[in-house]
Amino acid sequence: MKALVSVKRVVDYNVRIQVKSDGSGVVTDGVKHSMNPFDEIAMEEAVRLKEKGKITEIIAVTIGGAKGEETLRTALAFGADRAIHIKDDGEIQPLTAAKALAAAMKKEDAKVLLCGKQAIDDDANQTAQMVASLLDIAQATFASKVEIDGDKATVVREVDAGLETLEVDLPAVISADLRLNEPRYLKLPDIMKAKKKPIETVSLGDLGVTLAAGLKTTKTAPPPSRSKGVMVKTVDELVDALKAKGLL
Amino acid sequence: MSVERDVMEYDVVIVGAGPAGLSAACRVKQLAAAAGAEISVCVVEKGSEVGAHILSGAVFEPRALNELFPDWKEKGAPLKTPVKRDDIYFFTSAEKGFKMPGLFVPKTMHNEGNYIISLANLCRWLGQQAEDLGCEIYPGFAAQTAIIEDGVVKGITVGDMGVNREGEHKPDFAPGMELRAKYTIFAEGCRGHLGKQLIAQYGLDKNADPQHYGIGLKEIWTVDPSKFEPGLVVHGAGWPLDLVGTSALGGSFLYHLEDNTVYVGLIVDLSYSNPYLSPFDEFQRFKQHPVIRQYLEGGTRVAYGARAICKGGLNSMPELAFPGGVLAGCDLGTMNFAKIKGSHTAMKSGMIAAEAITEALIAGADGSVKLDSYASKFKASWLYDELYRSRNFGPVMHKFGSLIGGAINWIEQNIFGGKFPWTFHDLKPDYKTLKPAAESQKIEYPKPDGKISFDKLSSVFLSSTNHEEDQPVHLVLKDPSIPISKNLPMYDEPAQRYCPAGVYEVVGEAGDKRFQINAQNCVHCKTCDIKDPAQNINWIAPEGGGGPNYANM
Repeated sequence: MKALVSVKRVVDYNVRIQVKSDGSGVVTDGVKHSMNPFDEIAMEEAVRLKEKGKITEIIAVTIGGAKGEETLRTALAFGADRAIHIKDDGEIQPLTAAKALAAAMKKEDAKVLLCGKQAIDDDANQTAQMVASLLDIAQATFASKVEIDGDKATVVREVDAGLETLEVDLPAVISADLRLNEPRYLKLPDIMKAKKKPIETVSLGDLGVTLAAGLKTTKTAPPPSRSKGVMVKTVDELVDALKAKGLL
Repeated sequence: MSVERDVMEYDVVIVGAGPAGLSAACRVKQLAAAAGAEISVCVVEKGSEVGAHILSGAVFEPRALNELFPDWKEKGAPLKTPVKRDDIYFFTSAEKGFKMPGLFVPKTMHNEGNYIISLANLCRWLGQQAEDLGCEIYPGFAAQTAIIEDGVVKGITVGDMGVNREGEHKPDFAPGMELRAKYTIFAEGCRGHLGKQLIAQYGLDKNADPQHYGIGLKEIWTVDPSKFEPGLVVHGAGWPLDLVGTSALGGSFLYHLEDNTVYVGLIVDLSYSNPYLSPFDEFQRFKQHPVIRQYLEGGTRVAYGARAICKGGLNSMPELAFPGGVLAGCDLGTMNFAKIKGSHTAMKSGMIAAEAITEALIAGADGSVKLDSYASKFKASWLYDELYRSRNFGPVMHKFGSLIGGAINWIEQNIFGGKFPWTFHDLKPDYKTLKPAAESQKIEYPKPDGKISFDKLSSVFLSSTNHEEDQPVHLVLKDPSIPISKNLPMYDEPAQRYCPAGVYEVVGEAGDKRFQINAQNCVHCKTCDIKDPAQNINWIAPEGGGGPNYANM
């Protein structure tokens, strides 16, 4: 059984994001990028499922410019068997990504798409759901536990009220939440081997997808900086201060 | 604890993906291709990516790059801002200063034909070139130890991943690999932890003066477009450090790049004598000088970082080679301090090392014999000539201060062409220069205003520094009692102040004081390893990928 894992190249989580002075976006030049951390969790889960013999082949997919190859190499070092680079230099919005991933699922006849619940750059949290809808297959999002048995998957989801357990028929889309697993350290020998694994490059057009821009970013602004705190000496002073602000 | 390690064999292993290491990598591949030989090259880098640990001014002299990639322009090297104007100031006080007339500028400080660059970005570009030439580069993996067998360096062992604070293996433990090579190039930068061991082990410095160091602190600012002057270079000497005295030396810089970006920095000589001095706070108050503040006012600070530099020059340079390996770049101490430039010299040293190694490999060498051709090629190169001309700059400054020393340097550079018939030496290592706290004046630094000057913690935040929390402390005290029993009474434990990242704190009440090491904050500048008066702090590489994540530095 084949599993597709989608991975996205994003600005690294350690980097302090800087908004461009003209508000057209955030600075990405010369800034460290890495694999979206939620996609790392999805990747780790795929490798664990393969180690348990539940899936037989892991195919990593990314969509974007030439640099995406680095992210695919990381996925290959995790344990993906091969990779597909859907190359396009344009802005990839969730619907475009979903259409491309849906086409890749069909092309590969994969039984499960594992992906992060959202990417830490745009926090859209739409792609997984859209892929399921486009393919008219089941979706189990925000997974904190995944078990696959034959043509069914049992997924525990983290919801506001607690944990919800779903059973879905395969093929299905499963998106990973933070507590699904802790991704392993990449070992140097695995990174070396990953350099030799195959990456197939296709265009959006090859998959019958056109670059669409349904969303337009009108403005990017940094969050307002926190104003300085005030030290109060007594409880009465605190109460007065809160009252003065109309909070009591 | 013995663990099974994977082993890979290469012809050349390079420690550190900086200007020296990457230039060496590219040069080996170029020369091998020209000779029709197959030479394998592997580069390890402790930063999470190439460039993540690179911090430099930087005004860049393209001489070495012209030799390495004559077509660097077509290849898109990030040299975008030619130097348009050079101002040099002598700052006499917090308010005053005077601009040095052009006539009095030493030849080494002329910057026509040079570029203002981000060295981190140049290294990213060099890394790409090296990969295109067939080198393997592995960022995120720190060289932990040198493999030495029968007196010959045989490569390095990469640090283990997944070890907890107590040194026990976590469930995700991954043993570091052995990377074996015929020749290993150590290009870790200033005070590399392996370079330091090798220099001691092979006695490479027995005929050299002690190495001298500075700590460079740097910030990146986005300034008001009306104050922005692309290509402007401002260098300064004097306030807040000494102009006439010799107790605290150093210099400052302010460079205008592109897109309203300005680099500002202060280099504090680590030979300073007052244990109360804090390089970080000197830098913060320096920015308040009217000459500097005029550019920063109304702007935003976007990044901060710090790194030590080797400034001893030729007099302090250890031997270049030992069986199985060589030193290159700042691990060797190739910076030209009179020019305050070390990038082109680091690159050149890497290229010379590469030439010597490639020739030897093609001739069938296995690395077991010391590579003497590196030293002879070095001596015949423009690099040696350049460093020879600048050899007196550091010692003269230490002896006479910035103003008089500067005048002597002007005479040597502009009249004698850098070739005084005598050589000045400076034999006191930087860790021995501190005066006892009892004999020193406390320094009251002004409170940061949050606009131009800032506190340490908010600064470290802007270096995007991160270390895995649960790992052994990588700042190892040889004797854990010294900070409180000796350094505190004697020097008021200067680590609290010389560390630019707030790693060291003395906490607790009198009689119950504790030395606390916040290793997670460490920006890998190596100042503690250099300046601790007891030489009690040993900097070792933490888990790979940890440390700062500098962009555009």
